[in-house]
Amino acid sequence: MNQTYGMAGVSVVVLATALVGALGLRISRTTSDFYVASRTVAPRLNAFAVSGEYLSAASFLGIAGLLLAQGVDMLWFPIGYTAGFLVLLAFVAAPLRRSGAYTLPDFAEARLESRAVRRIAGVLVVGVGWLYLLPQLRGAGLTLRLLTGAPGWLGGLVVALVVTAAVAAGGMRSITFVQAFQYWLKLTALLVPVVFLLAAWHADRAPLPAWDERPVFHRSTEVRVDRPVNVTVREAVRVTATGSIDGHPLRGAVLTLTEGRHHIGAHTGLRFPPGAQVPLPDRATGSASLAPSGTEHGLYATYGLILATFLGTMGLPHVVVRFYTNPDGRAARRTTVIVLGLLGAFYLLMPLYGSLARLYAPDLLLTGDTDAAVLVLPQRLIGGVGGDLLGALVAGGACAAFLSTASGLTMSVAGVLAQDVLPALGLRHFRLAVVPAIAVPTAAGTVVGGLPVADAVGLAFAVSASSFCPLLILGIWWRGLTPPGAIAGLLLGGGSALTAVTTTITGTTRPGWSHTLLAWPAVWSVPVGFAAMFLVSLATRHRVPAGTAATMARLHLPEGRV
Amino acid sequence: MADLSVLGVLLLAVAGLGLFVLGAALGHVALRRQQANPAGPGTPVEQATFHTLHTASLAAPPLRAGLTPDTARKAARRLRPLLGSGALALADEEAVLAWDGVGEHHRAQVTERLAAVVRAGRTQRVELDCAHAGCAVRQGVLAPLTVDGRVTGVLAAFGDGDSGGLRRAAEEVARWVSVQLELVDLDRARSSVIEAEIRALRAQISPHFIYNSLASIASFVRTDPERARELLLEFADFTRYSFRRGGDFTTLAEELRSIEQYLELARARFGRRLEVTLRIAPEVLPVTLPFLCLQPLVENALKHGLEESAERGRITIVAEDEGTEARVVIEDNGVGMEPDRLRALLRGTAGPDTGIGLSNVDRRLRQVYGDPYGLVIETGVGAGTKITVRVPKFRPGSRQG
Repeated sequence: MNQTYGMAGVSVVVLATALVGALGLRISRTTSDFYVASRTVAPRLNAFAVSGEYLSAASFLGIAGLLLAQGVDMLWFPIGYTAGFLVLLAFVAAPLRRSGAYTLPDFAEARLESRAVRRIAGVLVVGVGWLYLLPQLRGAGLTLRLLTGAPGWLGGLVVALVVTAAVAAGGMRSITFVQAFQYWLKLTALLVPVVFLLAAWHADRAPLPAWDERPVFHRSTEVRVDRPVNVTVREAVRVTATGSIDGHPLRGAVLTLTEGRHHIGAHTGLRFPPGAQVPLPDRATGSASLAPSGTEHGLYATYGLILATFLGTMGLPHVVVRFYTNPDGRAARRTTVIVLGLLGAFYLLMPLYGSLARLYAPDLLLTGDTDAAVLVLPQRLIGGVGGDLLGALVAGGACAAFLSTASGLTMSVAGVLAQDVLPALGLRHFRLAVVPAIAVPTAAGTVVGGLPVADAVGLAFAVSASSFCPLLILGIWWRGLTPPGAIAGLLLGGGSALTAVTTTITGTTRPGWSHTLLAWPAVWSVPVGFAAMFLVSLATRHRVPAGTAATMARLHLPEGRV
Repeated sequence: MADLSVLGVLLLAVAGLGLFVLGAALGHVALRRQQANPAGPGTPVEQATFHTLHTASLAAPPLRAGLTPDTARKAARRLRPLLGSGALALADEEAVLAWDGVGEHHRAQVTERLAAVVRAGRTQRVELDCAHAGCAVRQGVLAPLTVDGRVTGVLAAFGDGDSGGLRRAAEEVARWVSVQLELVDLDRARSSVIEAEIRALRAQISPHFIYNSLASIASFVRTDPERARELLLEFADFTRYSFRRGGDFTTLAEELRSIEQYLELARARFGRRLEVTLRIAPEVLPVTLPFLCLQPLVENALKHGLEESAERGRITIVAEDEGTEARVVIEDNGVGMEPDRLRALLRGTAGPDTGIGLSNVDRRLRQVYGDPYGLVIETGVGAGTKITVRVPKFRPGSRQG
């Protein structure tokens, strides 16, 4: 990819974001132009903003990467990411808004009148936020590495610094406009290139990708392997290689890779002939994906994914705070409906990118950089200045993806840190809390790389689904919830999922059932959370908060009738 | 790879655990600091005193919320060790609210005797018959809880033997609980004073403003009837909002709307001399805040910015999103004020003719959100005035009216 164009694309996005932020701030009125006050954020604008903040690096880069690596089963990811809002719409959106809560700990306190539940919810919000920030920063590192060749940890650090600076300067003031702008930017950055890509594919008369077969090199392809990797070759293939294979130093030699396992050394260049099957790397050396079809127990993993994404969306801190911007419960519901449409439109593009990547970028399977599929496609299919320009557009969109999500997450994690976890910082030091909010995932990200972006996001969803989904669903729809019950559910459901996820991320488990159980905890941790909350509440029936009846009336009756 | 993952586990564990512990510790420091240290140094007598005071201080917060089943349960748990009795019950005039300790099967028996204690207003000893052989609740003392000379509840302590010491102790504890309950009444009185002040504030805006507005509307009736009609409608809307009954809270959107109407009416009077700029972040419009807590500030800005000066007056109202809070800044370029006079004004010692607008808003904000959320006023003679209000986006119990 051309570095100059890519850097220009990213710079334009950062500048445009700053500009929209500054301009939004300047929208002011004199009294001759009246009723500023009645101009609350309209559901449509808020829906743009929710979508802009929600479509993260995992959506923009990760899904196409997983489609390339694992095949069509991975379409459960975009389905789950979207369907989560359906559950949110049906059960949570309007009552949550009517509760007057800004963050999830606020909701816990409003519903259960307990400081203890509030504090535990606060710790879990920070945990989910950090888990979600981790892949955003990784996506940033990946993009920057492809653009400039800088080491992977640098990109995360740069984004962390940009976000910290923006928040510290108060640059997030007109955040709704910025996030709405980011949604359209991301959609454009995928929609425009895809038109050209499809035209190029059509002109190329390439066949449709066959999902059930191994991917093949459609053209003669040169692959550079930077990290040593073990691959399995199914069918003998003649390659031209420079570097080292199976320990033998080579310089432009032609050799036949026989059927079986081979070790490719660092900094090796390989040229494959057209029609050759792509040798797939072993799990241990490549990026170890958690994806359902990749591991054994695929059905179980798929259910884990579906449960986590369907039920986890409602507990994402940056999504919840955006609902506060709606003037009332009705508007919150309308916003959610529009968000469903916007996300659906965006995710429709993902199968296209995945299929094209399978045809034109199968070498990414070998190097393990499958998350880069979206970024490299324009250059592969179109090339020249046109390819560079489209590549710059896509890079800009990716930049928007991790900037918007990272800033939204950092803001909400910092808010909870300042209010609930570190109250000694004082109420005025919200901005100080931004530092730990982003420093911890940045530091963790430099140490625990390796997990595909979309997978890491799935883990954040699993924790959210096992802790906040029971709290919200039971809190809104069941009078009998008590503070001890909520605490038990949050600790058992959320705590067990958090433990499982941390174990998975640090990569200390061996493949097998235990690994699958820990990598897809939602199947067991969501029921654990619900059961703990339900049973402990039943056992402590005398502890039902005194104001429950009034709170429930407020949650479920339209505004103005309470 | 193996080294890295081990390092990763360590880093994550240390970072997560460290922050969690730090947060939990810091969170409790503020609370702990106010409470006496139960295990402090001193002679055994002193230690016993410390212990008693500490236990009493733990029982006080629930009682300060009034006598309900929930608060009684929490308080009884703390009070029983103080008495050293086998069981302790707290009751209102009619029923036992909470029973701590053994022998809860006597609950109905005790309930029957409440009426007598409430009627007599004096401590009574009771003997309880019990079918259970090993029951530790044989003798009891029922001490009345008196608030303002009226019996509002009963504290009951039970033991199985000599009740002389128990009676004395129960009476003392009952007296202490009574004082706490009297403080509840004091709290209520204080908040009703504040409610009365809100009512006074509503009444206070009106006469001058109504007179001035009607006079300026009248001046348009002949020259510009359409404008006069619009202004009258604004006026009607404004008064409906300001005089509304019930509901201590409103949204920033509604409050700003009423301010806009107020300023439009003011512009009818001052014409081009008044210049107003509003810069409102739409994100903060749904924020809930105390009813009529910004309008007096705008009125103040108008008064000092225009009425006392001959030049053009400029008022800027800015509302911004600050994460978990909303920040509203009201600024004028008027004559400003001597800081000492402002201090006196906020303290309410500035004399009878100064009005209660600023100090009332300040006190209400502190009452609702706590002391860090009082008004921040920057001013000087001839330097204009800038008032900053910070409102948390969420506060338990602050609902829209």
